[in-house]
Amino acid sequence: MEIFGIPTQALFGQLLIGLINGSFYALLSLGLAVIFGLLNIINFTHGAQYMMGAFCAYFLLTKLGIGYWWALAIAPLAVGTIGMVIERLMLARLYKLDHLYGLLLTFGLALIIQGLFRNEYGTSGIPYALPQELSGGRNLGFMFLPNYRAWVILASIVVCLATWFVIEKTRLGAYLRAATENPQLVQAFGINVPRMITLTYGFGVALAAFAGVMAAPIYQVNPLMGADLIIVVFAVVVIGGMGSIMGSIVTGFALGLIEGLTKVFYPEASNTVIFIIMAIVLMIKPAGLFGTQR
Amino acid sequence: MFFKPSCFAAVSLAFAASLAQAQISDGVVKIGVLSDMSSLYSDIGGGGSVVAARMAIADFPAKGMKVELVSADHLNKPDVGSSIARQWYDVDKVDVIVDVPTSSIALAISQITREKGKAFLVSGAATSDLTGKACSPNTIHWTYDTWMLANGTGNAIVKTGGDSWYFITADYAFGLALERDTEAVVLKHGGKVLGKVRHPLNAQDFSSFLLQAQASKAKIIGLANAGGDTTNSIKQAAEFGIVKGGQSLAGMLVFLSDIHGLGLDKAQGLIFTETFYWDLNDQTRAFAKRFAAANSGKYPTMVQAGVYSAITHYLKAVQAGKTDDGTKVIAKMKELPTDDPLFGKGTVRADGRKLHPAYLVEVKKPSESKGPYDYYKIRATIPADQAFRPLNEGGCPLVK
Repeated sequence: MEIFGIPTQALFGQLLIGLINGSFYALLSLGLAVIFGLLNIINFTHGAQYMMGAFCAYFLLTKLGIGYWWALAIAPLAVGTIGMVIERLMLARLYKLDHLYGLLLTFGLALIIQGLFRNEYGTSGIPYALPQELSGGRNLGFMFLPNYRAWVILASIVVCLATWFVIEKTRLGAYLRAATENPQLVQAFGINVPRMITLTYGFGVALAAFAGVMAAPIYQVNPLMGADLIIVVFAVVVIGGMGSIMGSIVTGFALGLIEGLTKVFYPEASNTVIFIIMAIVLMIKPAGLFGTQR
Repeated sequence: MFFKPSCFAAVSLAFAASLAQAQISDGVVKIGVLSDMSSLYSDIGGGGSVVAARMAIADFPAKGMKVELVSADHLNKPDVGSSIARQWYDVDKVDVIVDVPTSSIALAISQITREKGKAFLVSGAATSDLTGKACSPNTIHWTYDTWMLANGTGNAIVKTGGDSWYFITADYAFGLALERDTEAVVLKHGGKVLGKVRHPLNAQDFSSFLLQAQASKAKIIGLANAGGDTTNSIKQAAEFGIVKGGQSLAGMLVFLSDIHGLGLDKAQGLIFTETFYWDLNDQTRAFAKRFAAANSGKYPTMVQAGVYSAITHYLKAVQAGKTDDGTKVIAKMKELPTDDPLFGKGTVRADGRKLHPAYLVEVKKPSESKGPYDYYKIRATIPADQAFRPLNEGGCPLVK
């Protein structure tokens, strides 16, 4: 059986691949959405922090002999801590100003961080081996699915849903959302709002680093890996609706699928299709698919 | 932002004025290295090309000739590259532009150089059109080209039984030229092409394209791309069990820096064609050692070696012709035989093609390598007169 000249078997494979790429989009755009939705910072260092996550995994392995599984926990903690220092020392001074200043600061930081890594490690990338437990793969009939890619989808879905649950359904999340709406009032109830904001930024950054560790065995660990991805991820966030948690998760996976299909039917457009969709969505629903007008 | 005069290497003292200086515009020969300094091709050319240029200038017996070096980043964008080239020629009095990876930019700059009567020495770009239908009396294509890669690698693979191909091609001038030239070689030797897919430059994830290649059941998957695109393709092909499934990969353009980035584990057994390897003889080894010391330990790629060789010959021609007029220097470069420690003796043909031998190399197994950068076994040497496209087949209007 064929659909538009492509055997259905092959199409299933391509859809699955799209879903895998969508997992990365979802993880990264989720971090951005958390930071924007709760702190109103447009975090352009997100790509650099994703890259730092991958490098952290690489350093842990080569310098300390610490493997992938520990890196999945340590790298987000380490990079998240660096993020919190950045928030305390720099971003915190900009909250009273327009969003644009935060954007410029984070963009500048991203360029500096990437430049430093590029200077040291070049652009050819560094190999990072697959964890032993997840090497190999299984034949699904319509395609050969590497175990690691299956793990990527699973881990991404779990992390995304857990984040959504914490922010939308728990007391902690309620505090967070309240602090965004009215910081003075929440502070008056005895909650340390600045600390909560710092921790939230750190969490968003940790999500980026987590995605970086997940990506390390698939792509080369490369100083430019984040720069290549960040613009696409921003488009995902805009389409989903700036700040909408569920929006960024759903659009992340959906756009991965659409991009995957484009790679089959018209591969030349595969790096522009997301931006075409963004333009259309902005024309019809300027706040994004899941966003609300503020 | 992207324009930075990185270094001014005044080679000799100005007061040693010689006759030559009289015909040299503004008394200085100004060389501009234009390359990808920050993105996926920057380990192939980039800062290493500037290092190579600096070494070529320092090694050249200038006899009173003053030589300056500037460099800039073209960001892999033809519009950016073109505007830097125009500014260099019109405002900054640059006499020759060197390197320029990314074929689309090299084609644009070749055109501009011709308009301005300057000189252009291509090392990084690959498209064989630079000495074919787009050839120019102001351009020399130095290091390698798509025809030579196709001929070297394609030939070797088809002859050993790899007769059905599927191409994964970078969707711009370079990839398309490489695919076209390789396809011609495959068909000529009785092979067939089962399909092709074109991906955007700098694509990151190749699994989709690889699955399409897998489904085609072609024996050989030809990678008509370069740099990070090639390394990611090779890495992900291993992940999806493509090589285990009996298909082979043919990296049509692979550089030393790519193998270093991939690691021998993933790269072992790959066969491809290069025109320079640091471990060829005592002279290349000595150069590589000096180069690595100045380039944070990274060994030279063939593109960087080509920059050294091209500038050496350019300065020789300026000195011999006593002029830095672009058109005249290029003519002089074609007239003089080339000779340098990296590529040995050679010639520059009427269509602007520099001729030297090419090497079919195979990547060593991890157990065979003595350490970092000990990566290649030379399987065959293709002599200079067979390595490149015959003069009458390119369709260059300069050749009557």
